[in-house]
Amino acid sequence: MIRTTRPKVELLSRSFIEKIVDEAFLLLGRHGVFVENAEARSLFKEAGMPVDETNLRVLINRKLIEDSLASTPLTVKLYDRTGRKEFVVGHDNVHFDPGSAAVKILDHSTQQERKPETADLVRLARLTESCEHIHFQSTALVSSDVPEIIADSYRLYLGLQFSSKPVVTGTFRTEGFRPMFEMLAAVRGGDEELRRKPLAIFDACPSPPLKWSNLTTQSLIDCARAGIPSELISMGLTGATSPVTIAGTLVQHVAENLAGLVICQLAQHGAPVIFGGSPASFDMRKGTTPMGAIETMMIDMAYAQIGKYLKLPTHAYMGLSDAKIDDAQAGLESGMGATLAALAGINVISGAGMLNFESTQSLEKLLVDNEICGMAYRLIEGIAQREDPLALRLFEGFKPETQFMTMPHTRKWYRLEHTFPRLADRDTYDAWVSQGRKSMDDRAHDRVEQILDETPPNLADEALRKELERIMRRDAKNNGFDRLPDIL
Amino acid sequence: MESKDRLFNSMAEAVVTGNKEAAETLAKRALSEKFDPHEVIEKGYIPGIQKAGILWEKGEYFLPELISSAECMKAVMAVLKPALKASQAEHFSRGKVVIGTIEGDIHDIGKNLVASMLSANGFDVMDLGADVKLERFIDKALEMDADLICLSALLTTTMLNQRRLIEMLKERGLRQQFKVLVGGAPVNKRWASDIGADGYGENALEAVRLAKEIGPKRGLA
Repeated sequence: MIRTTRPKVELLSRSFIEKIVDEAFLLLGRHGVFVENAEARSLFKEAGMPVDETNLRVLINRKLIEDSLASTPLTVKLYDRTGRKEFVVGHDNVHFDPGSAAVKILDHSTQQERKPETADLVRLARLTESCEHIHFQSTALVSSDVPEIIADSYRLYLGLQFSSKPVVTGTFRTEGFRPMFEMLAAVRGGDEELRRKPLAIFDACPSPPLKWSNLTTQSLIDCARAGIPSELISMGLTGATSPVTIAGTLVQHVAENLAGLVICQLAQHGAPVIFGGSPASFDMRKGTTPMGAIETMMIDMAYAQIGKYLKLPTHAYMGLSDAKIDDAQAGLESGMGATLAALAGINVISGAGMLNFESTQSLEKLLVDNEICGMAYRLIEGIAQREDPLALRLFEGFKPETQFMTMPHTRKWYRLEHTFPRLADRDTYDAWVSQGRKSMDDRAHDRVEQILDETPPNLADEALRKELERIMRRDAKNNGFDRLPDIL
Repeated sequence: MESKDRLFNSMAEAVVTGNKEAAETLAKRALSEKFDPHEVIEKGYIPGIQKAGILWEKGEYFLPELISSAECMKAVMAVLKPALKASQAEHFSRGKVVIGTIEGDIHDIGKNLVASMLSANGFDVMDLGADVKLERFIDKALEMDADLICLSALLTTTMLNQRRLIEMLKERGLRQQFKVLVGGAPVNKRWASDIGADGYGENALEAVRLAKEIGPKRGLA
């Protein structure tokens, strides 16, 4: 039997990768990086790096970067809430998750954006749970009915209750780590259990160009010590906060991420790290940051290829759109992004449901994107040799009237060879008319309502629910708030 | 006369093409040849920045061209301003502006564009940078006796601080002393009027237009 080829797209030659990485090393060695966090600076000092305490600038030499790369695990393992289902983040494995964090939600009934509230976060988590092609959940909405200061822990609090999937999340304040960590540990039943079976990834974004802020650096340090994987989200904007050429932006991207990776390794040798990002091809006409631009996708695919070259798990914001409603642009950009990301073998692909430059989530789009992800998975499965001979036997004694529908061969293979989308329209014209001439967006909305009607909230463990609530209430109280919104 | 016109044309051309070095050199030459700096600005450089603005509005110029022209203008004004007579200097100062991205927000691309365009158009601009504490806006505005406070925010969470600043001004009895303009991706006209700001600019050129309209409290230009 012939082995199935996994379809793959690579944008950079080996020598181009080596040149980019080499310049990134030189950049860190000669110009360095700004590190606002005092603890991280002292870690660099202990490692013998030159640290300028006045300008908060740290120079990182090649040897330290290479050592840090060597101690970073090749893969990261995540486990669902039960701890039984394992997801390997690494190699060419692909896992999709909803794009985060949106501060607005597209309301289907009005087709207007509005601020999300508790009920929206619950709905999104429940829908994510139902999406078979979206392996991870993310804390994708920022709830406007709780004070901003506890918005980070609150979204995790809801996500953990209403979806069993591993979570992509992050802190909005340095104090946010503690309650969020406690919630995750509570689900696992202990700090060590959480370390052994990580349930969440924490995103940490450097500020381009070449700066690690106090908040994000603290997150790297806290996560490294707790055994929680950090996802490094460098986000240069071409020609605005990073060089305008794609290759130039890649140099900065790699340098920023490597600086973050070194911080993680200095904080805890062997800490799990994911090489990610959210850069964009900055639009020089509008001053905006299009995530659906083909050049944005090219940057993503290229840095992910470099991440693989560095033997790291990878991440990108792809499969999302800058459209303001679920229109043709939304489908076009999301479809292209998710497909290319899968072909690039990116391990964590954040974007499903997202519109409007990472600022808006749409429940309907989440379900449409779930289908896109399904198609992408089918694509990278490739074309298999199922039998030997491939087809000759089917033609033994064939006549003009031979048809294939009733052959056992068809019955045996059709569900494995072909997929059946739920939302894409494959009806005849008349059937489509008789069902009300609905657009994909309308069909997605019907499905949203159906899922929310039939899916019960799924955290049955009463004691755990109480414990999560206790942690959340304490965090709220520490910040001067006595009340939390009612859930459901 | 003809050579003077040719000089003015080159000045405009330098601004339009964003050639900062040429623009500065021409300004210095004009001073050494004892041209009236007021006339040099009016007839040489302002037509240049105006043309850049028109090209932007026509969609021919994108941000890199527009901002390069604005930076030329800034450089030229730094050369010529000291040579202006007091009365002339006043003519060219459209007002004093304190600008910054508000507390909790590190996004400053949009703010930088507005700051550049404002100074290119004759405003004295004090750019406080990003993640600026609310008190600092007020302290600085008092210190330099500003006309305008411009607040940028990219995040919906930090946008709320725009309202807080206006409230702080009211509490301290300073609301009438400064005009407040707001901007940023999540901000719109309605938000500006909700929080009682004096205006909202959708892009950098609109911000300039608005600032000119609202104008300095001394009623110039």
